[in-house]
Amino acid sequence: MSAPVLKIDELVTEFTIRGQKVPAVRGVSLEVKKGKTLVVLGESGSGKSVMLRSIMRVLPRGAHLSGSITYNGDNVLDKSEAEMRRLRGNWISMVFQDSLSAMDPLFRVGEQVGENIREHRRFPKTTIRDQVIRLFGEVGIPSPAARTRSYPHEMSGGMRQRSVIAMALSNTPDILLADEPTTALDVTIQAQILSLFKQIQREYGMTMILVTHDIGVAVEMADEIAVMYAGKVVEYGDAKQVLGAPAHPYTQGLIAATPQKGKRGRLQVIPGQPPAITAMPGGCAFASRCRYATERCRKEMPPHTQLAGGHMTACYKTEDGQALAQLVRQ
Amino acid sequence: MDDSNTILEVSHISKTFRSKNIFGRTTSEVSAVNDVSFRLQKQRTFGIVGESGCGKSTLARLVLRLIEADGGRVMYQGHNLLALGGEELRKLRRDIQMVFQDPFSSLNPSMTLLDNVAFPLWVNGTSKQDGRIAAHRYLEAVGIPRSSAERYPQSLSGGQRQRVAIARALVLEPKIVIADEAVSALDKSIQAQALNLFHELQQDFRLSMIFISHDLHVVELMSDTVMVMYLGMVVEVASVEDVYAQPYHPYTQALFKSTPSMDVTHKKLDGFKLSGELPSPLNPPSGCRFRTRCPMAMETCAEHMPELIEVGDGHTVACHLYGEADVARRAI
Repeated sequence: MSAPVLKIDELVTEFTIRGQKVPAVRGVSLEVKKGKTLVVLGESGSGKSVMLRSIMRVLPRGAHLSGSITYNGDNVLDKSEAEMRRLRGNWISMVFQDSLSAMDPLFRVGEQVGENIREHRRFPKTTIRDQVIRLFGEVGIPSPAARTRSYPHEMSGGMRQRSVIAMALSNTPDILLADEPTTALDVTIQAQILSLFKQIQREYGMTMILVTHDIGVAVEMADEIAVMYAGKVVEYGDAKQVLGAPAHPYTQGLIAATPQKGKRGRLQVIPGQPPAITAMPGGCAFASRCRYATERCRKEMPPHTQLAGGHMTACYKTEDGQALAQLVRQ
Repeated sequence: MDDSNTILEVSHISKTFRSKNIFGRTTSEVSAVNDVSFRLQKQRTFGIVGESGCGKSTLARLVLRLIEADGGRVMYQGHNLLALGGEELRKLRRDIQMVFQDPFSSLNPSMTLLDNVAFPLWVNGTSKQDGRIAAHRYLEAVGIPRSSAERYPQSLSGGQRQRVAIARALVLEPKIVIADEAVSALDKSIQAQALNLFHELQQDFRLSMIFISHDLHVVELMSDTVMVMYLGMVVEVASVEDVYAQPYHPYTQALFKSTPSMDVTHKKLDGFKLSGELPSPLNPPSGCRFRTRCPMAMETCAEHMPELIEVGDGHTVACHLYGEADVARRAI
């Protein structure tokens, strides 16, 4: 087992809304191993994107972070803004969902990708230009030299996302963070971009954290999966275990509620809706929608229970009935 | 297919959008829907699937005449909706209602939920009070509690707004409901609730549905018959069992291969390649519009537009790979 490249410990991210502290991430601990992909799966409002942005510390003003995020032996949360600027886009880069707003409409895409190299390295202009063209070729943009001179609006969604990926790769980062990178794309283009991520990861040996709401994307990409609900990780482990033998009632419900090949007619649903971020219940946040919930679930937050093979879940049902969970696994 | 079971028949409908310069000259044309025909069976669901720009939403709007078609016919109860006008059209169109994708912009923010649902009745001449009584009934049917009826759309989540939008579509007691990406904006756990609701309502109100989505799994779940579109053209039509068991058209096959499965032991995209992007609809390829990305493209694909031919019982496909004499499937 290799050491984790990035380790998140008890991360809490809070926003201040009308004088009230609102926690979006409520104590998340995760780690990613070198060259592996961690997929963070969750619905809107689960805090998955805020968690990802906390790693880069790109959050709106007034956000308050506590806990620790360890990268290369340092706590990212202790770094100064100047140190963060050396980190961002260099050692850790990020790809966002909306490629149109990720780029400046007034500059040619090639310049914008080059700017990220110039920010971190002293290279002559021609070297940078050659590098950008090489990067464009690598991410599969046809006639790369000509395309570096396009403006963002002149490109299709898929091509633009490719150039954003080129920008993220431009300083061969250690870690690539991707926030719903294919959600805005059509399925055939999504398939292309996902294979591109895999190919890049093989070539660069890069570590990835990918945030998505789509179980299909998680299946395709993940080595490990963390399922988030209402600001907490409710289940965490090897992808095959989490999706093949889900232990938490939320993960089970989510899988059952997703239409998939061969399913017809009615779906099994999770009743109700997630709690509002401003009105988090004490105890387990999923309790009001959970069919196994007991009095205890509504009062106390269940701790993480260790299952076989590093698989973890935060549920009293599995703590009490671990023998049962083991049985299901076999 | 039995004619008496057909509730809506769309034949050879087309729409080309033209953009004009200030002198009124046409500068460019987008052929959004090209010669599309299909039949909707009574109390069945007709699924339309395709990527963005394939014309599926335009097609729905043409049927309702939210956009005027260039040509073709939409037969409903013995009348061609495209040729009707005035009172006759209004009367028949009450029977066909639509649920849109975005529940944030499709509801009127300055009206209560109840008034939003009652509004179509008021427009059609029902009294204020009768309208509200009916609206209460339909809000209940979609699972919005009576206590919430006086709230405004802003205070609701996306899933609940979509329920209100569904109630509003049903309040005129339509025979046909067109759902245009009606569940696409919803989270998975909420989406499942909405899909089940459509199922229940379809049975309770004996609805026929046209269900439009880009999500293959959602269409499979909901539909009896599926039509696959690409750049304004129909490429394949079949019963849901047939098309998912044995897709004929290379595009349908590619679409299936691109959709991630939920099987953890099987990563589908390893080694996957469907090269290229959707061509610009401003300048679609000659002949078959899929040929620029098709791994099986031949010379004839550039010259002739393939016609829909029957390859099985009620299973039609528009591809030169399948001649009349040769309906055996050629695997990719």
